[in-house]
Amino acid sequence: MSDLLVTIIETIIKGAIVIGVLMTSFAYMTWLERKLVGRFQLRPGPNRAGPFGLLFPLADGIKLFLKEDFVPVGADKVTFFVAPLISIVTALLAFAVIPIGPTINIFGYELHPIIANPNVGILFILAIASLGVFGIVLAGWSSNSKFSLIGALRASAQLISYELAIGISIISVILIVGNLQITQIIEWQAKNVWIVLLQPVAFIIYFLSALAETNRAPFDMPEAEHELTAGYHTEYGGMRFALFFAAEYINIVTVSAIATTLFLGGYLGPFVDQFPILGFLYFALKVFLCVFVFVWIRATLPRVRYDQLMSLGWKYLIPIAIAWLMITAVGVVWLGGSAPK
Amino acid sequence: MNFFPVFVYFILVVGFAGLMTGLTLLLGSLNKHPTPDKLMPYESGMIPIGSARVRIPIHFHLIAMLFLVFDIEVAFIYPWALIFKSLGLMGVIEMFVFIGILLVGFLYALKRGAFVWE
Repeated sequence: MSDLLVTIIETIIKGAIVIGVLMTSFAYMTWLERKLVGRFQLRPGPNRAGPFGLLFPLADGIKLFLKEDFVPVGADKVTFFVAPLISIVTALLAFAVIPIGPTINIFGYELHPIIANPNVGILFILAIASLGVFGIVLAGWSSNSKFSLIGALRASAQLISYELAIGISIISVILIVGNLQITQIIEWQAKNVWIVLLQPVAFIIYFLSALAETNRAPFDMPEAEHELTAGYHTEYGGMRFALFFAAEYINIVTVSAIATTLFLGGYLGPFVDQFPILGFLYFALKVFLCVFVFVWIRATLPRVRYDQLMSLGWKYLIPIAIAWLMITAVGVVWLGGSAPK
Repeated sequence: MNFFPVFVYFILVVGFAGLMTGLTLLLGSLNKHPTPDKLMPYESGMIPIGSARVRIPIHFHLIAMLFLVFDIEVAFIYPWALIFKSLGLMGVIEMFVFIGILLVGFLYALKRGAFVWE
């Protein structure tokens, strides 16, 4: 019984920290993105509220909380209220199985910086991430706005298409490691090499698909401001709108964290064995690097057309991913006993 | 016990999301002035014509069907990948057959223009 209580308390503390960190990183990613895109376009970016405009997220938050709360005529009320909740809950939930650092010892108590470590960690992430599409579809359908409906349709087709490519590219990693547990994958990388060196193609496919999965430019068709005004959240305002945005940014953090964990060695780096605390720093740095690339791509590339998006997904990424999967399989068998276990 | 923390975390997350929406409901109703024009669904300033729940292009349905087929295939490949090292060469050959059958279906969909967007 006391074991159960300890688990519950530990999970609540860890969960509160994870939610706090993710929400803060969401708030500051909006700032970072505006600042970076500003710099990429040779303008200063937000610089009014506070030093370097650091208080903008706070101002945005207060404004969004105080916005008038309304539901458009003809909207399906229950679905309209539930949709943003689905989005944010799935976004936050996916982070539960990602280790953000090595196991550390605090006064004799072993602390695992991961909320849960199920033996099917990767499947858990994929399952939860694919639930996120429900939030978007329900939001678009329930708003009773044509822009929203079109945005939701585009989003659902895009998300399910690229989910396949993500799934297949991750299988290549599983083939090498032979385990679905995320901590085991990191341990394998600690013993051997970072998987990105063995699986460059899978990493590129994963990254491109992740861009599409998070509705980021150049694949931000579901939102496409110039065509759809905002896509599936056109009719949303106030904090409910912000929850969609939070979900999107948290998803960016999550896919970056997965890329870091599966391909870039997670919290591994020099001197982690001696000073485990460094692991957290390495993990944060790697995730930040991925997030930076996300923003960089947005600032550089124009939006692709919808038919280009679908043909990239179905005609190129999925076949290449399957071909790479088979090449990996043959390679693992070829190396046989001499292959790193 | 593996998934028990996830359950606790799930409750925490739902509570947090509920708190956020609850707060915006509460604070957002402090200053409420609904007008018919404001509550109208947005359609670039025009008065909306008809319902937004219109018929959708069949193509989206097609993509959904293809997704179902391929996603189930991917779900089959996962357990194979997990025990792959103990299967050895036979595992590879069997998977080539499996992927080959999958590829025939893929080529058929491709030839019938399932991925051509009008």
